[in-house]
Amino acid sequence: MSEALWVLLLGSLLGLELIGKVPPTLHTPLMSGANAISGITLLAALALITQAPTAALQLVGAVALGFALFNVVGGFLVTDRMLAMFRRRGTS
Amino acid sequence: MTSFALPSLHLALDLGAVLLLALGLKGLSKVRTARGANGLAAVALALAVLGLLLEQGLTGWAWMLLGLVVGGGAGALVAYRVPMTSMPEVVALFNGCGGMSSLLVALGAAALPAAGSRAPLDRLELVSVVVSVLVGAITFSGSLVAMAKLQEWLATPGWTQRPARHAVNLALAAAALACGLAWPMGWLAAPLALAGLTAASLLLGIGLTLPIGGADMPVVISLLNSYSGVAAAAAGFVVGSQLLIVAGAMVGAAGLILTQVMCTAMNRSLPSVLFGGALGASGSGGGSPAGGGDGSYSSITSCSPEECALALEAAERVVFVPGYGLAVAQAQHSLKELARLLETAGIEVAYAIHPVAGRMPGHMNVLLAEADVPYEQLIEMEAINPDFPRTDVVIVLGANDVVNPDAKTDPASPLYGMPVLEVDQARSVFVVKRSLGAGYSGIRNGLFELPHTSMVFGDAKAVLQQLTTELRSLGVGKVPAAAGR
Repeated sequence: MSEALWVLLLGSLLGLELIGKVPPTLHTPLMSGANAISGITLLAALALITQAPTAALQLVGAVALGFALFNVVGGFLVTDRMLAMFRRRGTS
Repeated sequence: MTSFALPSLHLALDLGAVLLLALGLKGLSKVRTARGANGLAAVALALAVLGLLLEQGLTGWAWMLLGLVVGGGAGALVAYRVPMTSMPEVVALFNGCGGMSSLLVALGAAALPAAGSRAPLDRLELVSVVVSVLVGAITFSGSLVAMAKLQEWLATPGWTQRPARHAVNLALAAAALACGLAWPMGWLAAPLALAGLTAASLLLGIGLTLPIGGADMPVVISLLNSYSGVAAAAAGFVVGSQLLIVAGAMVGAAGLILTQVMCTAMNRSLPSVLFGGALGASGSGGGSPAGGGDGSYSSITSCSPEECALALEAAERVVFVPGYGLAVAQAQHSLKELARLLETAGIEVAYAIHPVAGRMPGHMNVLLAEADVPYEQLIEMEAINPDFPRTDVVIVLGANDVVNPDAKTDPASPLYGMPVLEVDQARSVFVVKRSLGAGYSGIRNGLFELPHTSMVFGDAKAVLQQLTTELRSLGVGKVPAAAGR
C-alpha cells in the first residue's frame, strides 16, 4: 500500500512540472481539458459495477459512471470545440 | 496462461495511458499542439477503460451501458449545444459532476465489505474514502454554485460577507471531520456517519463558494478543478487503482499551478480570493455612493454613434477593447465587420486583450476566434500598453474593470494594483455601454469621468452596426469598393 503513496507523490510532482508557462489564450481550454481527465473516476465506477453484489450498489455504480462520463465526454468535446477555432485561425 | 497474459496487457495499457495523459497535459499548454494533445488525453482514457474491461470482464454490462448512454450522451449534447459565451459555466458543471462521481464511488466502495464482496477496508482506504467523499462533495456543490453565479442565477447575498461566515464554515468542516472520524471508529452507525459526512461536505462547498464575488469565479473553478483531481486520486486509493492515483494527482497538481497563474494574471492572491469576500462589497452593496454604483459619477460626457464615427474616420490607429459585454450582445461579428471597413480605409486596427477579459482567462480569445478575427490582431496587455499614447481612438466594448485607471492611481480602489489596459493614455476613448451601471464586480470606474472619454450608450451590437453605417455614408472604404466591384 505504501507503493500507492509513492505513486501519489510522483504523480503530483509530474503534474507540477508539466504545466509551466501557459499563454492566457489557453487557460480556458487547458482547464477544460484537465477537467475532462479528472473524470477518470469512471474506472472506479466500472469496477464498482462489476464488484457490486446487489442491484442497489450496481445502480450507485451506474450513476457514478454516468456523472463521470458526462464529465469526460463533455469535457473533451467542448475542449476540442474551443481549440478547433484556434486551429482554423492559425491556418487561414 | 491467460491469468498471466491478461494482467500484463492491462498493465501495458495502463502505462500507455499514463504516458499519453502526461503528454496530453503538456501539449495542452502550447497553442500549436493543444488540439492534438486533447485528443491524446481522450485516447488515454479509452485505453484505460479497455485495459480495465479486459481484466475484469463485462459483469454488469447493462448498468455500464446505461451509464454510458445517459452520461456520455448528455455530455456530448451539452458540449455541442452550449454557446461559446457560456463556456466557463459549462466547465464548472462538468467539473462538479466529476466530483459527484468520486463521491458516489467512495460511498459505494465503503458499502462493499458489509455486503460481503470485499475485505474490510484498511486504514489508508478508510482515510481515502473520507477524503474522496469530502473533496468530491465540495467540488460538486462548489462547482454548481460557481456555475449559478456565472449564469447570474445567483447573486452574492450581502449576509454572506459577514465575518461570521468563517465560523460557520469552520463548524461545517469540523462536523465533516467528526463524521469522517466517527465512521471508522464506530461511534456512529456507518450509514449515519457517511450521510453526515456527505451533507456537511456539500454544505461546506456552498459555504466556501457563495461569498466569493463573480469576478473571482475563474480562479474558483480552476481550484475546484484541482480538487476534482484530488478526489479522483483518493478514489484511486479506495479501489486500488494506481492509474487513478497518478492521473488524479497530475490533474490536482496541474490545476493548482493553473490557479496560481490565473491569480497572478488578476493580481490577486489565492487566500484573498478564497477568504477575502467579494471585491467591492465592502461598502453596503450595489448602488451605495461609498462602494460605487450608478449614483457616483459626476462629469460624464456622452455622445452619439455619429460623433464617434467622425472620430473614427479621422483616426490613423484604432484599438478595440472587447469585454464580456461584447460577447453577451453577440457582437463579435459586427465588430469584425467594422474593423474590416476601417482597414480598407487604411486605418490601423488592433484588439487589446486583457488576460482576464471575459469571464475566464482566454475566454475572449475563444470568442473572437469564433468570429474569425485574425490571430495577429489580438494583442496582449503587456505588448499593447506602450502603444496607447500613439493611438487615436480606443473603443471599449462591454469591458469595465480591465480598463479602470483607478487600479494604477487610487489606493482606495478595490482593484488597486491589478494590471490594466492603459486606455486612458490614448487621445480619445469611447466606452460603449448599456448604462452607467457598475461592472460585474460592482466597482466604480474613473475612466468614465476623464475629459477625453465619451460614453456611447446602447447595445454593443446595435452601436457597432450604426458605426459601420455611418462610416459608409461618410465614404470610408469607398476607394477599394470602386476598384473592386
